[in-house]
Amino acid sequence: MTDTVEARIGEWRDYVLKKTAILPDEVDELETHLREQIVDLESVGLSTDEAFLIAVGRIGAMDDLSGEFAREHSGRLWKQLIPTESAVKNDWMAAIGFAFGAAVVTQVARYAAGFPETQAPWLARNLAILILPFLAGYFAYRRGLSGRKILGLAIPFVVSAVLINLYPFSPGAAGDLFSRTLGSTELLVAVALPVALWFVVGYAYTGGDLSSRQRRMDFVRFTGEWVIYYTLIAIGGGVLLTITAGVLGPTGADAEAVINWVVGPGAAGAVVISAWLVETKQRVVENMAPVLTMIFTPLFAIMLAAAVVVYLVNGLGFDRDLLFVFDALLVVVLGLVLYGISAREPDPRPGWMDRVQLIVVVSALVLDLLVLGTMIARIGELGFTPNRTAALGLNLILLINLARSAWLAFRFQTGRSTFHLLERWQTSYLPVFAAWAAIVALAFPPLFGFI
Amino acid sequence: MAASATPLVLSILAEGENYGYAILKRIKELSDGALEWTDGMLYPLLHRLHRLGYVTTEWRTPDGGRRRRYYRITEDGRKALAEHKKQWEVITLTLSSVWDDRRDLASGMA
Repeated sequence: MTDTVEARIGEWRDYVLKKTAILPDEVDELETHLREQIVDLESVGLSTDEAFLIAVGRIGAMDDLSGEFAREHSGRLWKQLIPTESAVKNDWMAAIGFAFGAAVVTQVARYAAGFPETQAPWLARNLAILILPFLAGYFAYRRGLSGRKILGLAIPFVVSAVLINLYPFSPGAAGDLFSRTLGSTELLVAVALPVALWFVVGYAYTGGDLSSRQRRMDFVRFTGEWVIYYTLIAIGGGVLLTITAGVLGPTGADAEAVINWVVGPGAAGAVVISAWLVETKQRVVENMAPVLTMIFTPLFAIMLAAAVVVYLVNGLGFDRDLLFVFDALLVVVLGLVLYGISAREPDPRPGWMDRVQLIVVVSALVLDLLVLGTMIARIGELGFTPNRTAALGLNLILLINLARSAWLAFRFQTGRSTFHLLERWQTSYLPVFAAWAAIVALAFPPLFGFI
Repeated sequence: MAASATPLVLSILAEGENYGYAILKRIKELSDGALEWTDGMLYPLLHRLHRLGYVTTEWRTPDGGRRRRYYRITEDGRKALAEHKKQWEVITLTLSSVWDDRRDLASGMA
């Protein structure tokens, strides 16, 4: 081929790499295709330049092709949006509006609950209902949901708001470590309802299309990235407030009161702002998230494996507080695994990260079994309480998820299965978590007599 | 891309391992040029089949040829193809019986 056509192919290649979501390896393949086509066209009598133009035309519009490829890079669906990004309405004002709404509502509710002297227990169980509608609303606006879908989105919020405020909760025993003035079932509502409603936010995030596995995976990735951004904002906020306290100290102003006043609405507004950051600053997180999973997955693997060995060898029992810690740990581990799956590069071969992840899953599985053993013994000895039942259900749900994940991951590594089965299992399992959270939040209080 | 693309590509790979450009040529040849896609669209499809585990792939340079990415059908791919075949047979049968009924009806009325 002549130098000019070589130069043109080079330019074409640069253009495709820069302007589209197509990866270098895929461009290589398209380039060989282009070259074969050019040779064939030349052999039927076309000039090299003509052949080049026709071959490029036949490959097709690069935007369409880029979209198709992006669909295949499971984690890169958003890149399809890049060519049209300028057309997307600049919605930072909407984000700030919804964040402001969440902040104001939270602050008003705090005053209604007796801020700053006391804090009525109803505030804790209502926090999710006060804040998450703004996040859901932001996504409903951003995705342009239809009126019917917005109605469907509102129903869970309204129903849970009505229920948890009509339930006649009895106050908890004063001085209890976890509950202070919250009763057992009321505390469960405060913990489980945000989780259940987070999945409702997922309905808005996916544009009302929860049936699509890819959209569900996108939501998992969103959740992970949202946590990262929220943590960053919280750290930044913490630094700012510490400095503020230092500055205000000498003036004699009551720094603690100022900080107290700011923290609540700030934390509420950050819920929406983090979501907006995830949506618009995808590229930043995209560079950060794989690095974070790459650092923390091996660390968790070591920590979990060590914990398994220690607890198995010493045969230690779990007391109440330790059970709580381990449950929290298992949830974090599952989050890490899920996020790791969602952020994985679309490489069909198992890599070392997949092996590390298998260690994590298997260790978590063993720990879960140990925790379950202790828990069942405690229930046999002391009977069912709302807390124990909720934890038992959670552990059983985790056990099933981890066992099947371990099995699928093992089959994938031994080359007997593909990674996408593991992805499928996790996305199909998401509704189970949502359902259990909803049951604990809304069905447990009446089941256990509102204690 | 048409629903027939997946079984078509899998069928061609069932004949033996192949690479993108030749697969397209084979499709044009088999359909006498009646089926022609935008060339590029074949590749996302091939990569999807790869992700689903229906094909394996490797870059290779045959003697005297250029470096190409070859695709080879797997056991899972053959199973998927058999499934597609069943579905297409049902569709063809149903369609042809509908069309035959129409013809009978038309000739009966004439």
